Amino acid sequence: MSHLDLLTFARGSALNWALIIFAAGVVLRLFEIFGLGRKADLAKPRTGSPGSGWRTIFTRSLPAEGMLKRDPVTYIGGYVFHAGLFLAIFFFAPHIEFFRSMTGLSWVSLPTALVDASVVAAMVALGVLLAHRLNNRVKRMLSGFGDYLAWAVTILPLLTGYVAYHHLFVEYTLMLALHLFSVELLLVLLPFTKLFHTFSLFVSRWYNGEIFGRKGVAS
Amino acid sequence: MSANLAKGINAFKEVIDAPIASFFSSCVHCGLCAEACLFYTETGDPKYTPIHKLEPLRRIWKQEYTLLGRLGKLLGLSKPVTDAELTEWKPLVYDSCTMCSRCAMVCPVGNDMTYMIRKMREGMAASGHAPDGLIGASTRSVEIGSPMGIRLPAVKAQMKHVQADTGIEIPMDVVGAEYLVLMSSMEIINFPEYLGAIAKIMKQAGKSWTLSSEAFEATNSGIQIGASDIARVLVQRVVDGAEKLRVKTVISPECGHAFTALRWEGPNLVGHAYTFEVQHILEVLDDFRRAGLLKTTGFEETRLTFHDPCQIVRRGGVLEQPRNLLKLVAKNFVDTKDHGKMNWCCGGGGGVSAIEEAEPLRLQAFKAKKAQLEETGAKTLVTACANCRIVLEEGLEHYHMGIPVVGLTELIADHLTEGE
Repeated sequence: MSHLDLLTFARGSALNWALIIFAAGVVLRLFEIFGLGRKADLAKPRTGSPGSGWRTIFTRSLPAEGMLKRDPVTYIGGYVFHAGLFLAIFFFAPHIEFFRSMTGLSWVSLPTALVDASVVAAMVALGVLLAHRLNNRVKRMLSGFGDYLAWAVTILPLLTGYVAYHHLFVEYTLMLALHLFSVELLLVLLPFTKLFHTFSLFVSRWYNGEIFGRKGVAS
Repeated sequence: MSANLAKGINAFKEVIDAPIASFFSSCVHCGLCAEACLFYTETGDPKYTPIHKLEPLRRIWKQEYTLLGRLGKLLGLSKPVTDAELTEWKPLVYDSCTMCSRCAMVCPVGNDMTYMIRKMREGMAASGHAPDGLIGASTRSVEIGSPMGIRLPAVKAQMKHVQADTGIEIPMDVVGAEYLVLMSSMEIINFPEYLGAIAKIMKQAGKSWTLSSEAFEATNSGIQIGASDIARVLVQRVVDGAEKLRVKTVISPECGHAFTALRWEGPNLVGHAYTFEVQHILEVLDDFRRAGLLKTTGFEETRLTFHDPCQIVRRGGVLEQPRNLLKLVAKNFVDTKDHGKMNWCCGGGGGVSAIEEAEPLRLQAFKAKKAQLEETGAKTLVTACANCRIVLEEGLEHYHMGIPVVGLTELIADHLTEGE
């Protein structure tokens, strides 16, 4: 199989299957959550708290009072990684072209140098976060195979994308195919690992905001 | 599997709902909840990380309610929850969690650990892993009527004392009164000044109120131990008492978890909305203040600060009222650095103060409160929960801090204009 064949496979049926598993997995996981339901709360809520769940979805993106100082590495590392990843996925010109070819939608891209820097920043942040996970007693205790697997499948697309773009080490076509495979691995595993927080965090934050909002507390 | 363990596992399965599934699904093991928990910050022991306290419940969720988990269970790859594990988890679920909810305020993915601990305790209690102190309190509540074993004659004796002290008659079983006043055991035994304060305030405000011979106790060990059947019996007593006397409002006393039990869990426990309102005493007092019914004179001159009881403030929404009331009577009021919804717990909530073996840990965790107080330089500590008050007094004494603790209701009553 030539490198081009491999790339064709990565762009074709491999991608299709990955997307199918990803979509089915996300739907299944959401169903597993919502299917459990919850009892109606019969306690009379305080007034003045409509939309508290929706507000918390946004406000929880900021550190709670006094928390940034307690663990700056997690907060700053987390912000840099998420922002870098987001910019790389959605604002790199070839990615936008890829989304356009699939959905017909396109938007303005960012200068390549900026995206490149954001990828480097995201990878550095992931490195720092891994070191922090290994050094911090709480994080180390909480971590298992799933945490390290999630870390690996998250950094792989960044790393392979960076190597492919800069034409380093490996022949470009092969590297591009490997980049696509790494993205597909991420797509397949996302619904079944802690990476599912990409979706479920909106649900958990909403519940938190709603539970506290009924009591008149902005959470 | 023992019969008790099976009961416990069933209870775990029953309590898991969509919010819990979303919380476990979202956790990224960042460990930030530990930084919000006084049992972790004051000991540095990672086992006190809030989300870790829920590990057995998480595994039940995964094994029972996710496809991958069920596959793992079928193939014998998953680790079952055992009696030995629950025994190991007992100090984590009870002794080192006051259900203060500070962790739920900081979790980046929005997990409400207290929501889960409250439910997890149902399985712990059902499987026979509840602490003796809470079992005793719950048994006394059901059989005698109060967790501290107080009966009606003790309440009547206190009524007499208060009548003699204040010259105000304490009403009991008055049908059609506007307010039904409840008390916590702690107030009946240790802080009789609460009832005296109520009598003076109600007299000045010109409001009708009553105690009930059938429903005088507001506390609810059922929600602390995690036994909804017991909690339901205790709430039902209050509901029956309030309905019999046809009161408009039931006043939850200066007790944190009593407010949670009556105001937020109660209707769900008895299965219907109430025919009356439930207000915390601070809400009532602040309503009186706004209506011009609280006439006070003079100010406290000493530097004083307020301890926000978790269940009343962070989990109860009574945020502004204590400060409004303090401004009426204190010139030198200063807030602690983390206050209101971010306040640090006294360390004895959620039933912890009733668990004898938890005392050394509780006193160690109190260092969070100690540091907070020292920073303010306050000479008097005001609060609005009798349980916080006793735990604070013990902690302050243990660390030789010599700061008196005062109930806010009583402080307001001390400043009422005479002769009104």
